[in-house]
Amino acid sequence: MTTKQPTPTTATKPKLAVFKFASCDGCQLSLLDAEDELLAVAGIVDIAYFLEATSRIKDGPYDITLVEGSITTPHDEQRIQEVRRKSKYLITIGACATAGGIQALRNWADIEDFTQAVYASPQYISTLATSTAIADHVAVDFELRGCPINQFQLIEVLKSLLAGRKPRTKTHSVCMDCKQRGNVCITVATGEPCLGPITQSGCGAICPTYNRGCYGCFGPATQTHAQSLTDHLVREGAAPAQLVQLLRNFNSAAAPFLEQSNRIQDAMNQEGDNRV
Amino acid sequence: MSEVRTIKVEALTRVEGEGGLFIRLDGDHIEDVKLSIYEPPRFFEAFLRGRRLEEVPDITARICGICPVAYQMSAVHALEMAQGVTISPEIRRLRRLLYCGEWIESHALHMHLLHAPDFAGVDSGIELAEHFPDEVNRGLRLKKHGNELLEVLGGRAIHPINVAVGGFYRAPKKDALVALLPDFEWGLEAAIETARWVATLTFPDFTRAYDMVALQHPDEYAMNEGRIASTSCKVVDVTDYETHFEEFHVEHSTALHSGRADGHASYHVGPLARVNLNLGRLSPKARQLADEVGIDWPCWNPFQAIIARGLELVHAYEEAIEIIRDYQPFAPSRINYEHHQGAGCAATEAPRGLIYHRYEVDDEGLVTFAKIVPPTSQNQQQIEDDLRDWLPRVLNGDDAQTAQDCERLVRCYDPCISCSTHFLKLTIDRGESS
Repeated sequence: MTTKQPTPTTATKPKLAVFKFASCDGCQLSLLDAEDELLAVAGIVDIAYFLEATSRIKDGPYDITLVEGSITTPHDEQRIQEVRRKSKYLITIGACATAGGIQALRNWADIEDFTQAVYASPQYISTLATSTAIADHVAVDFELRGCPINQFQLIEVLKSLLAGRKPRTKTHSVCMDCKQRGNVCITVATGEPCLGPITQSGCGAICPTYNRGCYGCFGPATQTHAQSLTDHLVREGAAPAQLVQLLRNFNSAAAPFLEQSNRIQDAMNQEGDNRV
Repeated sequence: MSEVRTIKVEALTRVEGEGGLFIRLDGDHIEDVKLSIYEPPRFFEAFLRGRRLEEVPDITARICGICPVAYQMSAVHALEMAQGVTISPEIRRLRRLLYCGEWIESHALHMHLLHAPDFAGVDSGIELAEHFPDEVNRGLRLKKHGNELLEVLGGRAIHPINVAVGGFYRAPKKDALVALLPDFEWGLEAAIETARWVATLTFPDFTRAYDMVALQHPDEYAMNEGRIASTSCKVVDVTDYETHFEEFHVEHSTALHSGRADGHASYHVGPLARVNLNLGRLSPKARQLADEVGIDWPCWNPFQAIIARGLELVHAYEEAIEIIRDYQPFAPSRINYEHHQGAGCAATEAPRGLIYHRYEVDDEGLVTFAKIVPPTSQNQQQIEDDLRDWLPRVLNGDDAQTAQDCERLVRCYDPCISCSTHFLKLTIDRGESS
């Protein structure tokens, strides 16, 4: 990530754009879900391209661009290059944009099988064999994690940029947030696998708070020891195949999750064990 | 030699997800109307195969950020059928409460930020706020209430984490729900004002003979269960859905179209269908309001769907308040079950209309088959049929105006394109032919 700042001039409001690739719309909805701040934000930026919110479309260049979604089609491979060229400061929002999203599960499958499983006439469908993060295609200036992103983090990042500050988000693990909430540890108490120790903060440790293990929707935290966790969970009796699925959901292509799920799967293949 | 005209809307706006519209005319003859959905395919039904059935509500939520609860509710009911699980009355009521949260959030969003700008001739809800500051601010508060309810009950508003096959991971704390009551009591009155406000908008005089389809339940306004009723055909069981309705694949869309199984005729799902078929089951204040808004029900004007949304907004508040007032914490929050091979299906009412799921699972609880039919793919063909009738009325202007008028009609359906991809580009072709 670079530290470059958008350069709003006092004469004009900075132009904000929101672009969507393969995704569920949930992350851009987070901006509309900031009900208390929405009209205020609209007062200080020029919403120049945001199809879901406005029919008014302005050409670039844009000062701040939010990109939701992953790259899954030949057309989108081209479109993201164009978006990058028109954008001064590009922020990827959400697990699809930062790690390929749930649709990256195709990366382990035969895409023709997938297409035939869903569509009666696969010849009408144009798709790539993989779903990849935006950063695999163009330079990204800042990443906001989560499936979905946290709207307060989004507003904070926008405010920072508009104030000319470098945006920051916390990079510690869900496990620390969980301790701060005073939760009983799910894995210790019940043996259920929890990805909290290796997942980045941002959700507020909601899953353990609601009596279930974390499933990693904010992706890997920095400086994690993912293998220590997966080895521990296996020793405690977790089924390896279940761990593979836990690591392969919304951030399956994020490096530490990818490495661990592939490592466990390879070991299972060698032992001929595929039980979930 | 006649003049061929092509009108295109490359990217529809104020809808969820991405699509366009393509219209081709030869003189006054409408040659082609396509609601084209170019949202990239994401293959949910394929990668659900082999997953643990407990993951299905978490995964299918990701089909749509605006209506994740609809996917979660349809999935859990279908999987419970597959595993022979009967939920308790307490779980059933809390699921209705969760759906009330999503209806409030989604309807308030669509009414104020996506649809109402059309009636004021402005580009966005933000611009609308310059003309109707009180109404838009009120709408944003309503939307926030829906999200707050989802947060308390679901853990978060987008992609809730508390929905489980068999019930909830944790029953909500009474204090947390009761704390919502003052806002919800204010919200009920505000929702009534909102419904009255949208009823004063000016609507085109445009009605069509629709086959409207929605769930129907003898005792309540159907959300999570019921039989499938229609304004033209007999009532059928959800288990017979696939006998009566069929999906088919057309070249211009990554969303499958739906039609009646017999001849692929279009049908209409959504709030207008629900109110038309279930008027008598609306909550007392919503029912009373339905008589006050100046519509002789049933209503056949698609533009007035915004009024149906207003009535449902009132209903959702009234029912949510009742459930919260009566709520007592209970156990277990989740009914246990043993995995066994089985199949199950369910239909529920998403904010945009009926949604159908069917799954097959094996002895170890792994999904072996998944079929998901979202509301927007069911409405796609209906929207194209509507446009064919609507176009002759809006062809006199320039292409840009015609395109805009067509988009207005599309927006009445609150299409959710992200959902339907397994959905929209307006291209109007008025090209030259010899």
